[in-house]
Amino acid sequence: MDLILEGILKAFYLLVTFDPEVMKITLLSLQISGTATFISLIMGISIGTIVALAEFPGRRLVVSLINTGMGLPPVVVGLFVTIFLWRNGPLGFLGVLYTPTAMIIAQAIIATPIVMGISLAAIQALPKNLRLQILALGATRLQMVWILVKEARLPLLAGVMAGFGGVISEVGASIMVGGNIKGYSRVLTTATVMETSRGNFDIAIALGIILLLLAYFINLILTTIQQRERPK
Amino acid sequence: MLEGRNLKIKRGGSIILDVPSLSVQSGEILSLIGPNGAGKTTLLQALACLIKPSQGELFFKEKIVSSNHVLFQYRRKLTMVFQEPLLFDTTVFENVSSGLKIRGLKRTEIEKRVDENLERFGIPHLVHRSARKISGGEAQRVALARAFAPQPELLFLDEPLASLDPPTRESLIEDLERVLRQTGTTTIFATHDRMEALRLSDRIAVMNRGRILQIGPPPEVMNQPLDEFVASFVGVDTILTGRVSKKDKGSFLASVMGHEVEAVGEVELGETVVFCIRPENVTLSPPFPKRATSARNVFTGKIKKVIPMGLFYKVQLDCGFPLVAYVTSHALEDLELKEGKEIFASFKATSIHMVRKKLSG
Repeated sequence: MDLILEGILKAFYLLVTFDPEVMKITLLSLQISGTATFISLIMGISIGTIVALAEFPGRRLVVSLINTGMGLPPVVVGLFVTIFLWRNGPLGFLGVLYTPTAMIIAQAIIATPIVMGISLAAIQALPKNLRLQILALGATRLQMVWILVKEARLPLLAGVMAGFGGVISEVGASIMVGGNIKGYSRVLTTATVMETSRGNFDIAIALGIILLLLAYFINLILTTIQQRERPK
Repeated sequence: MLEGRNLKIKRGGSIILDVPSLSVQSGEILSLIGPNGAGKTTLLQALACLIKPSQGELFFKEKIVSSNHVLFQYRRKLTMVFQEPLLFDTTVFENVSSGLKIRGLKRTEIEKRVDENLERFGIPHLVHRSARKISGGEAQRVALARAFAPQPELLFLDEPLASLDPPTRESLIEDLERVLRQTGTTTIFATHDRMEALRLSDRIAVMNRGRILQIGPPPEVMNQPLDEFVASFVGVDTILTGRVSKKDKGSFLASVMGHEVEAVGEVELGETVVFCIRPENVTLSPPFPKRATSARNVFTGKIKKVIPMGLFYKVQLDCGFPLVAYVTSHALEDLELKEGKEIFASFKATSIHMVRKKLSG
């Protein structure tokens, strides 16, 4: 019990003193997961919307693949990204393994299917005739897609939350492709793992609490937007 | 203004729409009536180029609507209102302005047109309300205002009043009628309510199973249905089949289930004919009448059922053949009509619409 209390006190101390090491780790976490989420939004919403609206052979298979992708195990992603970025690997020439870039790539791969699956479901859940109604108001196809995305904005925001939540708390892939290098590729989750293995439970708890608070505040902001957007 | 030629739509191997030709004049209001699944919606959507016909061409102002460019230009000339309001998740103002924004109009013009159309449908007070927090009737008014705002040359209405309760529908249909007359918008209006069609349209097309069975001005379709299906759909409750037994100059007698019915028209002896008798043309009178009637078709009948229909009653009779009459509540009391009672029913030979079996196939 003392351990937890100590950890909480330590976390509080690290937070109020703006401990430079902790700040750096936190900012890097936000930067990497934020960028990865942003990439996943562009990829996920666009492809999700296209799949939701298009009719093509094998569509069912694609939808089931996307849904499977929503539960992609981060370690598996880490493994394949490592293989691809390995010195002798197909993309080894890029030389980005064990860099934040590699972590962004891995996290984007994890978040994209989550955002894509939720976008797909959100667009499909709109009334069937809404597409026809928009076209019958004179819209071009592009205008129609834009209006549909706007209509589905609330569930899409849920997609953003799920995507970000998935990658900020992910550790397997980050440690594999980032290497947990101090001051360079160390993020909240990888640092927590390391400190725990070293027996520094107080710091590990502190980092864990920061991670929780971070996830909470980001979701609070998005939830506020989502709830304010709800028509009164 | 709009012409469809040989429009056919196949789905799953069967033909769900087959319209060899249909044309709509500028400023005309054409109603498509028919039961659910008759193909009204399919025809509307095909004419609005929202679905692609398997076969056939569409001409707008004598120009064929074919290439993507022409099709897009054509769609900018029309708007459509569906059975569900399908409003966007935003304010009423944004909803009504959506068609105008899609067309890239200036802000001042948008505001002017939105105001004008909210006014038209009696909803200026809703302008800043969320479209998700208004009643069903209000939502449909917003949908209509949204459709009129771009000043379409062609308006498609797909049963826009069908899911509203009767008082709401009544007040909305009044406004719709007024706006349609004011703007003179060419309109194609699908409905399964023949009263709505009668009230609004210049022409009525009766549809069933993807085909147009009859098209013409409302009195013609109502009083001279081309076949039994059209007759039953336009409110002819009594449809009798008989065989011509006696022929005279201009009139004839036909045997209907053992009873002689007199009608007018040119027929052949022995020919099978179908009689359509509208319930409002059947008169009921007490038995053993002394008063004279000009009706020659007088039958004794037993009342099988009296059905209240709002302002009047529908009386189902068994005269040896089924016959339906409408009476007012006043007449109902006066004649003491109730189930099981015997009564005289009469109708004029000239009020019968005859369909010659041979011709209608």
